[in-house]
Amino acid sequence: MLPAIDATDVVKRYEGRRAPVTALAGVSLRIEQGEFFGLLGPNGAGKTTLISIVAGLAHASAGAVKVMGHDVAGDYRNARRMLGVVPQELVFDPFFSVRETLRIQSGYFGLRHNDAWIDEVMAHLDLTAKADANMRALSGGMKRRVLVAQALVHRPPVIVLDEPTAGVDVELRQGLWQFVRRLNREGHTIVLTTHYLEEAQELCGRIGMLRGGRLIALDDTSRLLQRLAGLQVSLRLSGPLPERLRPQLVQADAPRYVLRLAQPAEVEGVLAACRAAGAAIEEIEVGHADLEDVFLQMMSEEPTGVPA
Amino acid sequence: MSLAQQPAAPVQEPGAPAQPLGLPARRPAVGFRTLLHKEVLRFWKVSFQTVAAPVLTGVLYLLVFGHVLEAHVEAFPGVSYVAFLIPGLVMMSVLQNSFANSSSSLIQSKITGNLVFVLLAPLSHLEFFAAYVLASMVRGLVVGCGVLLVTLWFAPQLLAVKAPLWILVFALASSALLGILGLIAGILSDKFDQLAAFQNFIIMPATFLSGVFYSVHGLPPFWQAVSHLNPFFYLVDGFRYGFFAQADVSPWLSLAVVLLALALAASLALAMLTRGHKIRQ
Repeated sequence: MLPAIDATDVVKRYEGRRAPVTALAGVSLRIEQGEFFGLLGPNGAGKTTLISIVAGLAHASAGAVKVMGHDVAGDYRNARRMLGVVPQELVFDPFFSVRETLRIQSGYFGLRHNDAWIDEVMAHLDLTAKADANMRALSGGMKRRVLVAQALVHRPPVIVLDEPTAGVDVELRQGLWQFVRRLNREGHTIVLTTHYLEEAQELCGRIGMLRGGRLIALDDTSRLLQRLAGLQVSLRLSGPLPERLRPQLVQADAPRYVLRLAQPAEVEGVLAACRAAGAAIEEIEVGHADLEDVFLQMMSEEPTGVPA
Repeated sequence: MSLAQQPAAPVQEPGAPAQPLGLPARRPAVGFRTLLHKEVLRFWKVSFQTVAAPVLTGVLYLLVFGHVLEAHVEAFPGVSYVAFLIPGLVMMSVLQNSFANSSSSLIQSKITGNLVFVLLAPLSHLEFFAAYVLASMVRGLVVGCGVLLVTLWFAPQLLAVKAPLWILVFALASSALLGILGLIAGILSDKFDQLAAFQNFIIMPATFLSGVFYSVHGLPPFWQAVSHLNPFFYLVDGFRYGFFAQADVSPWLSLAVVLLALALAASLALAMLTRGHKIRQ
């Protein structure tokens, strides 16, 4: 089966004021049809640049991108038909109502008489009551929903959401994710960019991490998290931490200590060490590391120190 | 009805290239027509400002200049100054409003960011170009007709047009040329004041010095020669020929200049759109 998105050695350089800025330094990425893929990275990592190249809003300096087999430069019209993009900025055309906006967007994609589908999308996004309201009169959350609806008017097989929850309240976020999950179940490929690990962890089956214009990790979410995090054990001891456990120490706040474990079986060694040192264990809890911490650490590390 | 049930979904052959889920049949040119329709709606929804106001401006020019200069100027033999002035004012309205439409639409969409909806759509460069230019032509011609209809009352003799085909040809060509120039200015500008500079330092002077208010024959030879370098002069002169069958230069020469300008401007605009100059990074 054709990949939904196939990026090969994508480079993007901007002519900066003083020196050229490299936004993407050779990114290769293959997203299969039906995936729920997360593109994760801090601000300035190149997420939006990559999305823009996929959507044809920016031209790659080198490399190639195909959407459902269509080259985004050479066969841009077919590539764009396959793609629905929810832009990051809350943009709208103040001249039109919600329904007019959606009809116009359908028309751009060559669709007339698309009202049945438009009504359905509006219903799913709770926009029906606002169908005839002018875009200017909508709240930020409502405008965001219209952006999602606009991306869906042509039922694109591949849907890209560029940080859709930035500045969105919890209720809308939940509703949006429910809807997007459903689209994914029905066969749409979803690509989500975010800088929240939690969001990617909750939704995405596979995650790619971008930093400084490079893909520094790409794996199934669970495997990636495992590799990122591993296990850790939190202890409350009656005495000081045994010296031989020092190398595993992640966090010390006497009498509480957090130690990193490579495998669950290593708990035995920790217990034995404590017993030997005569420190009684008052509390113990084995769990996963705080991913957000590890993630932030990873995102700020030097490229050489990164597991990839 | 659930999203999963997709009526009218085209039957897929196994192994065929993946099609959008349940995409209804596409029709050619719908994208272009939609963009054209949207661009026309955009100015029509605020027509008080985009149509009525320029018509009023045109009429004011006629009342003031026509009244003041009527006794002093005879541009063409046997033609009253008011009658001479009206085609000039009509053409001036066409030029300014055609330019204003594409340029302001584009700069607004760039600044508010909603141009992205057009950029994400599978429209060809030519469709983008044609839709913006045609909508500009519609606005320019609607305003031009408005000015003509109102001002005819002051010079009913204009109804006896001598060469209506020339009127039509120059009205269409001029609105198209200025629509394209507006598109180029809109692409090049990042801010409203940059666009205003195009308008105030290029379009306005070229319009005012094109012979809208006077016949360039009445100018000193040097300024006559300068006027002949202004492409807008040929737009106005050719248009006026249609009314009076007399003009400063042959309408064929004017037509040649206008067509050349059109070809140059259209090539430039299309090259910019193809490259995505300033609208795609």
